[in-house]
Amino acid sequence: MKINQISIFIENTKGRLADVCSILGDNGINIRALTIAESPEFGILRVVLDKPEEAKEILKKNGFIATTAEIVAVEVPDEPGGLAKALKALAGNNINVEYMYGFVEKATDKALMVFKFENIDKAISVLKSNGINIVDKKTALGL
Amino acid sequence: MIFNEKMECAGKEELKKIQSERLVKLVDYVYTNSSVYKSKMDKLGVKPSDIKSIEDISKLPFTPKDDLRDAYPFGLFSKDIKDVAEIHVSSGTTGNPTVVGYTKDDLELWSEGVARSIACAGGNKGDMIQVAYGYGLFTGGLGLHYGALKLGLTIMPMSSGQTKRQIKLMQDFKPRILACTPSYAMYIAEEMKEMGLDPRKSSWEIGIFGAEPWSEGMRKSIEDSLGLIATDIYGLSEISGPGVSQECTYKEGLHIWSDVFYPEIIDPKTDKPVKDGEPGELVITTLTKQAIPLLRYRTRDIVTITHEKCKCGRTAPRTSKITGRTDDMIVVRGINVFPTQVEYALLQVEDILPNYLIVVDRKEQMDCLEVWVEVDEKVFSDEMKAMADLKQKITKSIENTLGIGANIKLVERKTIERSEGKAKRVIDKRSL
Repeated sequence: MKINQISIFIENTKGRLADVCSILGDNGINIRALTIAESPEFGILRVVLDKPEEAKEILKKNGFIATTAEIVAVEVPDEPGGLAKALKALAGNNINVEYMYGFVEKATDKALMVFKFENIDKAISVLKSNGINIVDKKTALGL
Repeated sequence: MIFNEKMECAGKEELKKIQSERLVKLVDYVYTNSSVYKSKMDKLGVKPSDIKSIEDISKLPFTPKDDLRDAYPFGLFSKDIKDVAEIHVSSGTTGNPTVVGYTKDDLELWSEGVARSIACAGGNKGDMIQVAYGYGLFTGGLGLHYGALKLGLTIMPMSSGQTKRQIKLMQDFKPRILACTPSYAMYIAEEMKEMGLDPRKSSWEIGIFGAEPWSEGMRKSIEDSLGLIATDIYGLSEISGPGVSQECTYKEGLHIWSDVFYPEIIDPKTDKPVKDGEPGELVITTLTKQAIPLLRYRTRDIVTITHEKCKCGRTAPRTSKITGRTDDMIVVRGINVFPTQVEYALLQVEDILPNYLIVVDRKEQMDCLEVWVEVDEKVFSDEMKAMADLKQKITKSIENTLGIGANIKLVERKTIERSEGKAKRVIDKRSL
């Protein structure tokens, strides 16, 4: 159910994002989903990877600050109001979404979204009871 | 253990007598053997016969660091270079490097100073010491080496760097003492964590850390992370190297071996002595050196001194840790800023000390202060709001401590250069 996302601290300097992506690529690690939170001088890169633990160690060895956070991958109907339905269900149950972003690939007629919640367990049960499909680890990581 | 009880615990009058005899001999020696000192004393109208006791020391000329640079390489030596057994060089940031020499007796003196220091930190004959100061022209490595040899320790001459190897051999050999710069000690702890090891389980019980100023906050941080007693060793190559003074296990000041390295504390602006307990510049006279003895050397380190007997039994006077440098002090918008203050401010946030760098620049006629702070796993969050909060907290803490605002820049780990394990703390880009 829960998937480990890797969060990386990167300075806003030329080529830094490319450095991270090359390190991952050179080690045969695939990026499944990604987003960047930015500020004028640094950014927080959040990625869902097919080999998260291995990636974290490699990034650390290369001097990056990398931590793990638990996220949920949710299937949202790719149609008007699809995302709204999921968000409404969460809001109605006082679940706070810390941040969310989309997957790179789209396998079906549904969009895959990454959610980070304050209370992940409660969020999972709310999503389930509202008939919203949570993607299992294997599918999400493309294994 | 007290290595040289006679000298380290001497009574006031007895010590004064030894210092006086040595000073009289020294002044005569440098006047005869150093053309630089002869002309300095002649200029002041002081003759060797004017110096009758240690109290006459204030009649003598000061030796600023520039005297050593101007005399590059051997101009300030009182011995012919053929009679010098070893040479050390400290890197100069501007101009010529500083060259110092040692006769065999000087090496003996240096070894004694360090042997006293290691014993003062709690070391005993038979202990194993990991010397992770750089070996070579820098005095740190060989200084600790000579002292450890004299005291009868088992030495691991590691030099600095190769951190993983340092950790591996520590695990295998189980040395009781670690000697390195405080910033390198923190780096080792970081590295151990990265390797999935618990730094608190290291074999080190005693740390002898020096070669750069560090604060009480940094001590706490090192002691907590490495699970050892962190003591401060002080020294400078101009005087002999490490082992000029050292904290005992009570950690209430650094015992300075004043029978050989005579300290004065002066107001750096007026050159007049300050009272015990008042901050001033540490000035040292090497009472017994031969190759390059120095009269009243201006260390530019700001300390306080006490002559009270210590709980450990030593009467050797104690200086505080270095609270600033007369030359590290940067004046930003008319306010004096010391790196140690920034260190203190950072420790107020989250109780950890990250690596930092102070950058001063002048933009449109205005001084601006930037503090770069390295982010580590402990403070990093995947939420931007938490990172913004951290930055805000640091900004406030620095403003409260310094009295002026600074732009905080959160940077990646290892952005800030570490050279010889010695972190550079200030970059001043202003062209004044």
